[in-house]
Amino acid sequence: MKIEGRAWKFGDHVDTDLIIPARFLNVSDKDELAKNCFADLRPDFVKGVRPGDVIIAGSNFGCGSSREHAPWAIKAAGIKVIVAKSFARIFYRNAFNIGLAILESEEAVDMLSDGDQVSADLSSGKLQALKSGRHFSAKPIPAFMREIIEAGGLINYVKLKKAA
Amino acid sequence: MSMTITEKILAVHSGKVSVVPGELIKVNVDIALANDITAPLAIRVFDEMGVKTVFDQEKIALVPDHFVPNKDIPSARQAKIVREFARRHNIKHYFELGDVGIEHVILPEKGIVVPGDLIIGADSHTCTYGALGAFSAGVGSTDLGVIMATGQTWLKVPATIKLVFEGTPSRWVCGKDLILYSIGLLGVEGANYKTLEFSGEVIKNLSMAQRLTMANMAVEAGAKNGIFEPDEITRAYMENRSSMQGSFLESDPDAEYEKVININVDQMEPQVALPHSPDNVYPVSEVDPVVLDQVFIGSCTNGRTEDLQIAADILKGRSVAHGVRLIVIPGSPHIYKESIKNGTIETLLDAGAVIGPPCCGPCLGGHMGVLAEGEKAVSTTNRNFIGRMGHPKSDVFLASPAIAAASAVLGRIGSPDELLQPKF
Ligand code: SF4
Repeated sequence: MKIEGRAWKFGDHVDTDLIIPARFLNVSDKDELAKNCFADLRPDFVKGVRPGDVIIAGSNFGCGSSREHAPWAIKAAGIKVIVAKSFARIFYRNAFNIGLAILESEEAVDMLSDGDQVSADLSSGKLQALKSGRHFSAKPIPAFMREIIEAGGLINYVKLKKAA
Repeated sequence: MSMTITEKILAVHSGKVSVVPGELIKVNVDIALANDITAPLAIRVFDEMGVKTVFDQEKIALVPDHFVPNKDIPSARQAKIVREFARRHNIKHYFELGDVGIEHVILPEKGIVVPGDLIIGADSHTCTYGALGAFSAGVGSTDLGVIMATGQTWLKVPATIKLVFEGTPSRWVCGKDLILYSIGLLGVEGANYKTLEFSGEVIKNLSMAQRLTMANMAVEAGAKNGIFEPDEITRAYMENRSSMQGSFLESDPDAEYEKVININVDQMEPQVALPHSPDNVYPVSEVDPVVLDQVFIGSCTNGRTEDLQIAADILKGRSVAHGVRLIVIPGSPHIYKESIKNGTIETLLDAGAVIGPPCCGPCLGGHMGVLAEGEKAVSTTNRNFIGRMGHPKSDVFLASPAIAAASAVLGRIGSPDELLQPKF
């Protein structure tokens, strides 16, 4: 799966309260959640994000609460992949479970700036900055997790396995 | 093979003789937990899977605690989804107002979790039950939906960091200070994917309420779980709570740790985490005397009888400073009643506190004490991220009930010693 779009750059320790503040958690509709993604941190995000865009972030992305509303809000806003230096444990698990790909690459995060055009190949973990042509490689996603992403999340994956 | 207590619990629940850190295992879950925010998503997952029945109606706990009593129409709808699911599937551990408290307070209190259990919850503070010598970790709603259907999940065996506390704590140093200090030391991702094992002389003498406070905040260092070896204090706490005895496991003396950190508490002062991170920790004497708008005492971290009592002891015969709102929320109806009987509630009311019904309240900026722009609060909760308790431009300082109570009287951040010492 290959995607292309602009980079939205964030710093270290972006917690789940910043991704979707608790005052918006009284609903569980994904599109409703997406409307308030990064509401306090980056009010320009929801209006500006386009399908194919990529989030680039520092270390410990998604720390804090276990709310799956956080990866859902990001996914429903149109993001297919997050590249960070590292991820908090529960967020990492949740993202895969709902079919949002995540890649780890220190180098890509250091070299990419907000607004850069990037492409990402989820199967190989290869990233490219389109303007400079520079390549980066992320830790490859384990095969079993890639299958979950390709199926669109754990539930679809389980259903597919059952049907097979 | 020698193992830590965490490895032993994981081995038992995966049907293996032993496990090693890094190993991926499939485990059987003793209790699966969700609340009014995370359960509706998990229920959707459960229904999407096309499963007809839950794996075990006695092993699921659904606790509406975040936005109850329902704060608005959308949250009332969420609570209704949980209620209807609980009825449809005859869920034993589902609680309604009057009986409900904060999930991590009532599960130990009602004896639903016992030593040696493996508990998975769709709430990051599920790690609280480590205080009883159980393995417990937070997951998201999809994982939980699958567990409600199958009773199983996969886990990676975490490596263990052992924290050994030695020395004699001074009067106002409690579990909250030990854990804040540890998070300051480790950093918010210092224990990512790992276990924290709390031990040492100081821990052996720590009450269950304080152990619960410490295990609760293990996740603030990124840890998967935080655990205590069960002992006589655990046994005394468990008495008359549950028909199940549980298994009292201990780490082998030659178990392997990724790291052992010794912490001497002799010189330790009460600790405060400054905005906007739980690892931004300083001794109280080094914190600027910030003028406060609000003080909150409650939450799954510090909303237990003992916490309220410590606060009341300091507030007795004193008043909350002019301009400060003191909000106290007992963590469960049982704690509420105990605190009425022992006089705590009256003392708090006399001092000028307002008492809320058992629920999460302002801990997550939901309701019952949301902060306005520019406001500053001392809170006994566990997170002070940007906007956690209200406006993104409000500030939250995390501290113990003792520091919170003293600060409420002083109208600024300060220690109880300042109230007790005569001023010259
Ligand atoms: S009291 Fe706060 S931290 Fe604890 S479960 Fe409720 S919202 Fe979460």
